[in-house]
Amino acid sequence: MLRYTLRRLLQLVGVVLVLSMLIFGWLRALPGGPVSALLGERGTEEARRELTAQLGLDQPIFVQYGKFLGRALSGDFGASTGVQPGDSAIEIFLQRFPATVELSVVAIVLAVLFGIPLGYLAARRRGGWLDNLGVVGSLVGVAVPVFFLAFLLKYLFAVQLGWLPASGRQTGGLDATRVTGFFVLDGLLTREWDAAADALAHLVLPAMALATIPFAVIFRITRAAVLDVLDEDYVRTAESKGLTTSVIRRRHVLRNAMLPVVTTIGLQTGALLAGAVLTEKVFAFPGLGEALALGFERRDYPVLQLMIIMAAMVYVLVNLVVDLSYAVIDPRVRTR
Amino acid sequence: MVNTRTAAWGLRRLATVGLAGAVALSMAACAQSQRGNTDGGAGGKVGGTLTFGSEGAPKLFDPFYATDGPTFRIAHQMFEGLTGFKPGTAEIAPALAEKWEHTPDGRTWTFQLRKGVRFHDGTEFDADAVCRNFKRMSGQTGAGQSSAVSQYWVDNFGGFADGAKPSLFRSCTPKDKNTAVIELTRSTSKFPGLLGLKPFVMQSPTALEKYDANNVRAQGDSFSFPEYALQHPTGTGAFKFGKYDKANNTIELVRFDDYWGGKTKLDKLVYKIIPDETARKQELQSGAIDGYDYPAPADWAQLEKDGFQVLKRPAFNIMYLGFTQKNNDKLRDLKVRQAIAHAVNREQLVKTQLPDRAQVASQFFPDAVDGYNKDLKAIPHDPEKARQLLAEAGATGLAVNFYWPSEVTRPYMPNPKDIFGAIKADLEKVGLKVNAVTKPWNGGYLEDVDQAKADLFLLGWTGDQNTPDNFIGTFFGDPTNRFHTGSASWGQQLSGELKAADEEPDAAKRTRMYQDLNKKLINEYLPAVPLSHSPPAVVFRKDVKGFTASPLTSTGESFAPVSKG
Amino acid sequence: MSGSVSRSGSRPPTLGGRKERLDALAATAADGPGDAGVSLAASAWRRLRRNPVFLLGAAIIVLFVVVALLSPWLAAHDPTARLLEGQVSRARNEIPAAQEGFPLGGDQVGRDLLSRLLVGSQQTLMVGVFATVIGLAGGLLLGTVAGALGGWVDSLVMRVVDVMLSIPSLLLAFSIGALFPSPSQFTVILAVATVQIPIFARLLRGSMLAQRGSDHVLAARALGVRPRAIVFRHMLPNSLGPVIVQATLVLAVAIIDAAALSFLGLGNPDDSIPEWGQMLGGAQNVIDSHPNLAFWPAGCIIIVALGFTLVGESLRDALDPKNRR
Repeated sequence: MLRYTLRRLLQLVGVVLVLSMLIFGWLRALPGGPVSALLGERGTEEARRELTAQLGLDQPIFVQYGKFLGRALSGDFGASTGVQPGDSAIEIFLQRFPATVELSVVAIVLAVLFGIPLGYLAARRRGGWLDNLGVVGSLVGVAVPVFFLAFLLKYLFAVQLGWLPASGRQTGGLDATRVTGFFVLDGLLTREWDAAADALAHLVLPAMALATIPFAVIFRITRAAVLDVLDEDYVRTAESKGLTTSVIRRRHVLRNAMLPVVTTIGLQTGALLAGAVLTEKVFAFPGLGEALALGFERRDYPVLQLMIIMAAMVYVLVNLVVDLSYAVIDPRVRTR
Repeated sequence: MVNTRTAAWGLRRLATVGLAGAVALSMAACAQSQRGNTDGGAGGKVGGTLTFGSEGAPKLFDPFYATDGPTFRIAHQMFEGLTGFKPGTAEIAPALAEKWEHTPDGRTWTFQLRKGVRFHDGTEFDADAVCRNFKRMSGQTGAGQSSAVSQYWVDNFGGFADGAKPSLFRSCTPKDKNTAVIELTRSTSKFPGLLGLKPFVMQSPTALEKYDANNVRAQGDSFSFPEYALQHPTGTGAFKFGKYDKANNTIELVRFDDYWGGKTKLDKLVYKIIPDETARKQELQSGAIDGYDYPAPADWAQLEKDGFQVLKRPAFNIMYLGFTQKNNDKLRDLKVRQAIAHAVNREQLVKTQLPDRAQVASQFFPDAVDGYNKDLKAIPHDPEKARQLLAEAGATGLAVNFYWPSEVTRPYMPNPKDIFGAIKADLEKVGLKVNAVTKPWNGGYLEDVDQAKADLFLLGWTGDQNTPDNFIGTFFGDPTNRFHTGSASWGQQLSGELKAADEEPDAAKRTRMYQDLNKKLINEYLPAVPLSHSPPAVVFRKDVKGFTASPLTSTGESFAPVSKG
Repeated sequence: MSGSVSRSGSRPPTLGGRKERLDALAATAADGPGDAGVSLAASAWRRLRRNPVFLLGAAIIVLFVVVALLSPWLAAHDPTARLLEGQVSRARNEIPAAQEGFPLGGDQVGRDLLSRLLVGSQQTLMVGVFATVIGLAGGLLLGTVAGALGGWVDSLVMRVVDVMLSIPSLLLAFSIGALFPSPSQFTVILAVATVQIPIFARLLRGSMLAQRGSDHVLAARALGVRPRAIVFRHMLPNSLGPVIVQATLVLAVAIIDAAALSFLGLGNPDDSIPEWGQMLGGAQNVIDSHPNLAFWPAGCIIIVALGFTLVGESLRDALDPKNRR
C-alpha cells in the first residue's frame, strides 16, 4: 500500500515535469505573447525588442526553461503579466484556489443531493416514468452548452428576478475579514454572518450551472450500481431469508451500491477543481478557471504555466486519493 | 461480518467528524473579525459607498510605473499633478500648481504652488516635495530605467539623471516654500500638460522613502514592485488608499478628510474588477455595482431605456486604416494610397457601425486638440476617382494583405470584424484584391503589424493629453514607426517637421505649424487614412450625481464631487 | 469518456468515472471471441428497436442529417447575403425583426436567420464528424500501437496520454486552436479532435490489453497467425463496440465544444459560412436585447447533441453484456 502510494507519487512528479516542459514550449510557440499584451498600441519594433529582452523571452527556449525550473524549485513561479499584473503566480493561485474549491464543493453537494436519491428511486422503479424522465433529463443536462445554461440562470435569477447576485464572490464594501480564503467559512469563523450569507448566495448560480454534469454522472452511476446490486446473490439471499425490504435496502443495497458512487464523486470533484473556465468566466467568479481564461487572453505565461500544472496535479492527486480510498473501503481491492 | 464493518465505518466517520470539528473550533478561536467599528461595521451597504466596475486589475498603485487604464483610473482619485485638466475638457487647468509661467525659450518653468495642501500621510506638500518627486522620477536606476517599467517617463522625458541617454528634464529647484522652478533641456509642446498625466503626479516623499518606492527589481520573466506601489500609495487626492482585497477582486478607497478641495461626498469608493463585459452590464442591472466604464455601444440604447445614465464622452481618439510602406511597392505610390482613401465610404461606416455621435475623421486627431485644422475636409468617398487613380498608378487589381484583429474591442474600434467587413467591401468595389488576415489582438496581430507584415491594418489611439504631439508625434515621429514612413522619401522630412512643431515655444505659432502639418499629412504624405473618432461612454445608476464625463476618459474624471442617492 | 470542452471543469460529461468506464467498456469488447460479437450485435439491435430512448435519438439524428444535406434547397435565401442590412444599426442596437419572407428575422449584419440556421447544420455536422474521425484516428493509432506492442512503447504512449488527460480539456483545445497563426474552421475541428485522442487511445489500449491474454488471441498465436493479422483481424474488430459508442457520444461533445470555443473567441472568425456554435458564440453580446439570436442556434445544438447522446447511451446499454442475461 505504502509502496503503491510512493510509486504513484513518483509518477506524478514525472508527469508534472513532462507537463511543465510541454506547456513551457507550447506557450512560447503561440503567436503573440505578453509583449503585445503589455504594449498594446504603444508598441514599436524597438519597444517590442527591448521588452522581449527584459522579459528574457529572446533567449533560447531551453535556457528559459532551465531558468524557470531553477526558480520554480525555490518556489518562485514568476510574476503575472496580465491577470493580476505584478503579483506572483503562486500568490494568485493561492488566492483563487479556495474560490474554486468552494464552488466545486457546493456544486458537488448539489449534484449528490439530487443525483443519489433520484438514481436510487429510478433504479427501484426501472422502466417507470421517473426512470425514463431521469435518464432523459440527465442527458438533456449534458447536451446544453454550459455557458448557455449559465447565461440563462444568470439572466433569469440575477438580472430579471434579482434573487441572487449576478457575478463575483462577494459584494464589494462588505468589509469582510479574511482568514482562510474560503469566504463562507471565513464569515462563519469570524461570526460575520452577513458576509457568509452573501458569499454563499454568490455560489448558488454558478454551482447550479456547474452541477449539471456531475449530477448526470452521479445519477447514472447510482442507478446502474443499485441495479447491479439488486441483482446480486446476497440481496436475493436476504430476500429469501425474509428480511424486511427496508432492512435490505439500508444494509445491503445502498451500502454496496455506494462504492462506485463514492469513486465517481471523487473523480468529479477532481475534474471540477481543475477550474471551470466557462462557468467562472460567465459569472466573473475569481477562481482558477477565470484566471486561466484571462491568462490566455492576455498571454500571461507565468500564470498559465502554474495554473495548468497545478490543475493537472490536483487532478492526478484526487485520482490517487480516490484509488487509495477505494482500497481502504473495499478490502477486495486491497488483496488484489 | 456486515455488522463489524458497519461498526468500523461508524467509528471512522465519528473520528473524521470529530477531527473536522476540532479543526474548525481551533480556527474559530483564533479567527477574529477585523472589521472596523466605523461605518460599514454592521456590514451591508452604507449610504456613502459607490461601487464602480473596472475592466481589469490595476498593475500597481504607484502610477509612475504604470501604463494601464485600470491603474490610472484609480490613481486619478488618489493623486494630483502640478497641472490638471478642466473637468469635462482636455484643457490644461491648475491643480497643485495655481499658476505658472515660462521663459520665452520655453525651457524654464516657474510654478506657484497651492498652499495648505497635505499628503494622505499628513506631511505637507511644498516646493521641496515637488523637487524630491522629480529627483525620484529622474533618478531611477536599474530595472526602474526599463522602458517597460517607467514607460511614460522614457517616452516623454527620455533618459535619466545618470545621463546615459539625453533627457528632457534638467533640474528642479525650490525657489521658496511655494515656488518650484523646473528647467528643461529643450522646449516641447507637451509641457506643462505633461505634468497632469498620471505617471507624473505628486507623491509623498516621506512615504516614497519609508516604503522603498524605487525598489523595482527584474524578477524572472517580470518585475517585482516594492511595498509602496502595492499597499501604500500616498498622494494628495480626494480619496486615500483603503485596501485591495485580491481574493474578492475589490479595491477600496476611503475619503481623505484633509483634502484641500473641500469635503468629498462619498465615504468610500470601491472598484470591483469584472473583466467580462456582459458580466459588468448584468452587475449594474442587478444593482451590485453603481456604474462601469466602456459599456458596449450596442448596449447604450438598452441601458438608457432601463433607466441608467449613459454619459457619452467627447471623442478623444482616432481609428485609422494604416499602410505599411515597407513591403508592398505599390503602396509607396501616393496615388494608390489616395485611391484607397477615396474608396472607403467613411460616412456609411460611421453611420452603420460606429456608436452614436461618432464622427468621420478628416485628420489624425479630434477637434478638441489644439492644432486641429478646421479647413481640412475629409477625403471624399469617390469610387470612380479611386479607380482612376489606381489605373494611373498601374495598380488596377492590386492585391493587398489586409489585417484585422479578433478577440478585442477598443474604445475607438468597438467591433473590428464588422468595420473590416465594410472596408473590405469598399476596397473590392474599386477592383482591389483583398487578402483578409485575422489574428487575435495579443496573439499575433500587434506583433505582425509592428513587424510590417500587413499591407493594410486597422488600429487607433486614445489620447493622453491635449497636444498634437501625443497623436501624430507618437504615430510618425520616429521614422521606424509601424507605418515605416522611414522607407518613404518624405519620412525623414515628416519627422523633422513634427520635431520642429513640438519644440516651438510660442503657442500660437505652434498651433499654426500643426495645422499646416495636418494638411500636409493628408494631402502630401498620407501614411494612413484617418477613419473616425468614436465617443466612449461610462454608465451610472440614475441616483449617482455630480459626475462629469471627460474626453480624457477615466484619467480626467474625479469622484470627489460625486454623490449617490 | 469524452472530455468535454464545454464543461471545462468536468472532463467526463458522459457517464461514469473515467477509468472505470473505460475499463468496463474495454472489458465488454474482450468478452468473447469474434462470433459472439455477431450475436451481441444482433441481440443489441433487438433491444434497441424497442427502446424509445434510442428511437427518439435516432429520429433526431436522421432529421439533422437530412436537413444538412438538403439545406441548400431548403433555405429561402442566400445565407451570406446581407439582405436586411438597411435595418441594422450598431449604434441603436437594431437588428431586423421577423418579417415577411424572413420568419426568424435577420442577424447582426442583416442576413436571414432561418437560412443561416438551415445551412449552418452542414458545417455543424462537419465539425462533429471530422472532429470525431480525427480524434478516433489519432486514438486508434496510439491505442493500437500501445495495446498491441505492450512493453516500453505502451508505457511511453500511456504516459503521453496521462499528460494529455491531466490538462483541463478546455485548455488543451484552447491551446491547440491558438497554435495556428490564424483561427479557422479547421483549427476548431483540430482543437476539438485533439481532446478526444487520449480518450480513444485509452479505450482502445485497454481493450487490446484485455484481449492479449484472451483465449481466441492465444489460440490464433498458437496457430502461427502473424502478429499484424492478429491485431487487425481479431483484436481491432472486437474493440469496435465501445469505440462506436464513444464516437457517437463524441459527436455530441464536439458540437458543444466547438460552440464553447466560439464563446471564448477562439472560433472561426470568418462567419460567411454559418455554423451553429459560431452563431451562438457571436450572439453572446446581444443575448439580453435580442435573445432569439442566441436561442435558435442554442436550441438546435441542444437537440442535436441530445440526439447523439441518446443514441450513444442506449447503444452502450444495449452492448453491455450484463444486459443480455
